[in-house]
Amino acid sequence: MIEERFDAIVVGAGMAGNAAALTMAKHGMKVLQLERGEYSGSKNVQGAILYADMLEKLIPDFREEAPLERHLVEQRFWMLDDRSHVGLHYRSDDFNEERPNRYTIIRAQFDKWFSSKVKEAGATVLCETTVTELVQDAYGKVIGVKTDRRDGEIHADVVVLAEGVNGLLGTRAGLRERPKAENVALAVKEMHFMPRETIESRFNLKGDEGSVIEAAGTISRGMTGMGFIYANKECVSLGIGCLVSDFQKTGETPYGLLERFKQHPSVAPLIEGSEVKEYSAHLIPEGGYNAIPQLCGDGWVVVGDAAQLNNAIHREGSNLAMTSGRIAADAIFQIKSRRDPMTAQNLSLYKKMLENSFVIKDLKKYKDMPALLHNQSQNFFLTYPELVSKAMQNFVRVDGTPKKEKESSMLRSFVKARSWTGLFGDAFRFARAWR
Amino acid sequence: MASDVAVRVEDKLFYNRYLVDSGRAHIKVRPHTEPTPQLLSLLKACPARCYELNDKGQVEITIDGCVECGTCRIIGEASGDIEWSYPRGGYGVLFKFG
Repeated sequence: MIEERFDAIVVGAGMAGNAAALTMAKHGMKVLQLERGEYSGSKNVQGAILYADMLEKLIPDFREEAPLERHLVEQRFWMLDDRSHVGLHYRSDDFNEERPNRYTIIRAQFDKWFSSKVKEAGATVLCETTVTELVQDAYGKVIGVKTDRRDGEIHADVVVLAEGVNGLLGTRAGLRERPKAENVALAVKEMHFMPRETIESRFNLKGDEGSVIEAAGTISRGMTGMGFIYANKECVSLGIGCLVSDFQKTGETPYGLLERFKQHPSVAPLIEGSEVKEYSAHLIPEGGYNAIPQLCGDGWVVVGDAAQLNNAIHREGSNLAMTSGRIAADAIFQIKSRRDPMTAQNLSLYKKMLENSFVIKDLKKYKDMPALLHNQSQNFFLTYPELVSKAMQNFVRVDGTPKKEKESSMLRSFVKARSWTGLFGDAFRFARAWR
Repeated sequence: MASDVAVRVEDKLFYNRYLVDSGRAHIKVRPHTEPTPQLLSLLKACPARCYELNDKGQVEITIDGCVECGTCRIIGEASGDIEWSYPRGGYGVLFKFG
């Protein structure tokens, strides 16, 4: 056993773990952070978009030194059928501001930098160390961790579980269940490299401006899923994810979906001639509010993806992770400052603080959305995209058909596919879940 | 578009860097004669195609190309079909970009 005792051990060096470790170290606490990768970031996978506001709260001047890719001036939503896309694009010069709100980033590089700030703040960061289990006393209180290093047991007053979406340690210790197949998506991604001028001309960007595309429709073959294309400086992150339970049901392969997405006539020209340099896969929590496990107990708190804190509707995860890590750290520091023990009751301060933040409020707002999209995936991801695409084509193609006839044939195609009850039901259910 | 696209996953994994922990597989398949539906679904769901059928019709795993996503754990751990851990510290996939 390592004799040294810590105020807190943070398991994992992703967004949540780094935010927690940084915050506690800044408060002057004695923090040990454990990471299984060769460096912090080497196991971390995300699209990735960084939301500035949450990072600014931790590192106000991050723009001066963080490895950022492009600030976003444009967001495109695409509804795809096999040969077309119907798009909603929002682009504004307002986003060319002094302190931009969103950036594309490359996680392995960004996290390495983030970790350097954690070290600067005084935390001990130990990489290449896999935590194998939590150490609990006779009453079940978590008092430390066991690692795969020799003499690998280390003790602390509190353990912050920032172990990522799989949440293996928490499950092993009986603190929570393993995520269910219907509550996690598997996403696969490739990094496509191109000269930056090529990216800028294909995405209509200048300088460090960036653009992202989120795409849903027949590319997921009736499964609940979404594709994404994010412009970085010299590469494009391109991926697609669908619920694990849907992969299980349909027998589709993740790489097969990725290839079809890349070959879509709206997508292929964007990556033509690129050099792929990495292929990765990652699980994304999709269960929303109803899938959040117990957030704290005697001697432990759970933050970020491990707590399933992800807003699937707004594609926000890393900011919820960062915020939950920071809030957990602040709560722990408050308890410590009062010289109170790290009991479940005292640590429930973290839960209270999180409930008062946008993290839980946003997840609560959309609590019925995952079930709706998961149960109606055929309609939302296959039927409607095809109908809308046909309607658009009917609308723009000039062929001598009187407009009135065009309109009624469009309407008929919708009613035929979903019936009046189906259409109104879907609209009603969607509106209710969104509210 | 509707037809299946032939994809060689090996080619994709070739882009990645790995430090393989020889002789210490971090995922194990429970010995079986007939694979369960869960095990069979891993043949397709695993994004690195680590799971394959041998000539006796049993599911085998080769973890060298594993990208450590956890999909097979979600599908196959509850039924006891697989035993799942992360690789030892420092081993496994080493993402340059993530």
